[in-house]
Amino acid sequence: MKENNEKNQELSREKTQVSDIDRNIYDIKDEEKDVYRIEEGLTKQIVEKLSKEKNDPDWMREFRLKSLDIYNELEVPEWGPSIEGLNMDEIVTYVRPNTKMSAKWSEVPDDIKNTFDRLGIPEAERQSLAGVGAQYDSELVYHNVKKEVEEQGVIYTDMESALTGPYADMVKEHFMKLVPPTDHKFAALHGAVWSGGSFVYVPPGVSVEIPLQSYFRLNAPGAGQFEHTLIIVDEGADLHFIEGCSAPKYNVANLHAGCVELFVGKNAKLRYSTIENWSKNMYNLNTKRAKVEEGGRIEWVSGSFGSHVSYLYPMSVLSGKGARAEFTGVTFAGNDQNLDTGTKVIHNAEDTSSYVNTRSISKDGGTSTFRSAVVITEKAKNSKSAVSCESLMVDNISRSDTIPAMDIRTRYADVGHEAKIGKISDDAVFYLMSRGLSEDEAKALIVSGFADNVSKELPVEYAVEMNNLIRLEMKGSIG
Amino acid sequence: MADCLLKVEDLSVSVEDKEILKGINLEVKSGETHVIMGPNGAGKSTLGLAIMGNPKYAVTKGKISLEGEDITEEPANERAKKGLFLSFQAPIEVPGITLSEFLRNALQQRSEKRVKFWDFKKEVEENMNLLNMDEKYLQRDLNVGFSGGEKKKAEVLQLLTLKPKLAILDETDSGLDVDAVKTVSKGISEYMKKHGGSLIIITHNTSILESLSVDKTHVLVKGKIEADGDGTLVKEILESGFSRFDEN
Repeated sequence: MKENNEKNQELSREKTQVSDIDRNIYDIKDEEKDVYRIEEGLTKQIVEKLSKEKNDPDWMREFRLKSLDIYNELEVPEWGPSIEGLNMDEIVTYVRPNTKMSAKWSEVPDDIKNTFDRLGIPEAERQSLAGVGAQYDSELVYHNVKKEVEEQGVIYTDMESALTGPYADMVKEHFMKLVPPTDHKFAALHGAVWSGGSFVYVPPGVSVEIPLQSYFRLNAPGAGQFEHTLIIVDEGADLHFIEGCSAPKYNVANLHAGCVELFVGKNAKLRYSTIENWSKNMYNLNTKRAKVEEGGRIEWVSGSFGSHVSYLYPMSVLSGKGARAEFTGVTFAGNDQNLDTGTKVIHNAEDTSSYVNTRSISKDGGTSTFRSAVVITEKAKNSKSAVSCESLMVDNISRSDTIPAMDIRTRYADVGHEAKIGKISDDAVFYLMSRGLSEDEAKALIVSGFADNVSKELPVEYAVEMNNLIRLEMKGSIG
Repeated sequence: MADCLLKVEDLSVSVEDKEILKGINLEVKSGETHVIMGPNGAGKSTLGLAIMGNPKYAVTKGKISLEGEDITEEPANERAKKGLFLSFQAPIEVPGITLSEFLRNALQQRSEKRVKFWDFKKEVEENMNLLNMDEKYLQRDLNVGFSGGEKKKAEVLQLLTLKPKLAILDETDSGLDVDAVKTVSKGISEYMKKHGGSLIIITHNTSILESLSVDKTHVLVKGKIEADGDGTLVKEILESGFSRFDEN
């Protein structure tokens, strides 16, 4: 099924003049102060040097080299938006800020602190969010887990420490098992050069009351970011993890190929919320995957903003009886953006269920594509899946596509798909304007309202941030 | 001129190149209640939408002024800020925005200052009480899934909250049962009494007019005002219909 506005939409008002959005609030960059930077381009020597520099255990060094071989063998995917602008030879893979891990805010260098201040991290801290693991370039610079969480036996640390710490075996057992380097070229790249990220382990039966939060940023021209997030929620445990991303703007093509692996135990629950706001030159080729055991539940809440090109399809593998996946997403594609997002669910056990609810917004000639895949294997009898996607085009020059795929291998499944596509209603804009709202405000309100499937699921400060982002993106659309 | 609130002069309006209104003249003084009647398709709603500034309704000739100021080219939100209000015949459903958020937002846009939440809440709740509206509607998305009657009540609630100088009510009474018409009329009388409002009422019905004193009646036929009169004209039309105004 493919739809676009040229076919489906009548040209109503020709008032669609477009101007660039002022992203100054988010496009903050500090002077580069890198102590150390690896030569551009990717070779075996670079990967070995990186591994040595990071004091990898032997198995990790080998893993990286094997991944590099796979990377060199695999082709760049050609089924999605063009990533021709990306030249891997120009990507400096590893940049480290000139600071060591810091547990105290006062020890964080001023320029880094300024950036975080403007992103509101200490404020979030004050608002009693559980732990902040803030990644500045490729290294964790600020890391603080609230005492109460530690007391519950919850481990929240950076991936490097986790590799050699008391949970080293657990990391080795799970690392890139859900997303193997053979999965695709950028997963292989990730396996070779990954750096930074978070490790979380929640012991059986522990319910973490406050959400854990991490903040990733990219800084430094040409630097890729390959952070790895590994979360294990043990039997009957419950966690909400929030990942917030925003990056300053640069002229050189930037690449983000992170990897998120989530293991949800028997009767455990994990909610993984993300607000991504990449600068408009970013290639965001992120891979996220969750495996859910019997009676467990994964809830993805995902807001995708910014980037030049995104490929993002968080995947849920329902491998135990009665496992459940929910995916709630919003994607906003503006001028010169091609955002290809969606989700994938594999039902591989009886009585599993999935519920997908997404909204895509496109504006100023942006392209937003919803791509989903629901697979129900022979084993997954009595499984249910409901997919609903809605697209909103703010003007007549933007594009929205819907590509849902379904592969059902049992007769005993209940599967539904619903797609809606539309343009912002002139009548609704006029109605709101007749009550005193300007055209911009009316449209921003309608678009925010359209995205309320996600904002309703986010903690209030994130919902406010997302609505502010929408407001920013909607600005400048005066006819 | 000082007490002339709205002045419509020789107004012609087209929709998609089709001329709907042909040289309309209308003057509403502050505090007056005008009634516009006419057969279906005469252009009554078009007149309301054009006065409010819907960009689909192109003014091809003539002028609209509010308190002596030419607003013909002004966008709808500026007209709203200057004191115009239109109660929609078919209020639009806007998902994702609660009635409460919307009212407060609109109020702030008009007054261009922050509205204190508790003052706002108190006033809105009083108004809802007057309109027999369940306060639960405040937390519901604007008009989404409201019954026809609740939608119209929500329009009157907006009228009472926003307190415009002039309200155009486009068939606010249509589709309502007897009790709901009474409730809505009560809200409209309240607006007239308490806020010294002025009205243009587009209607086919007299029951909404019972509690109001009508100053002027205009009969709109085929895009032209064919007759003007006082309140008694309404009764006359109800008895004999529009045919006598439609001879040419």
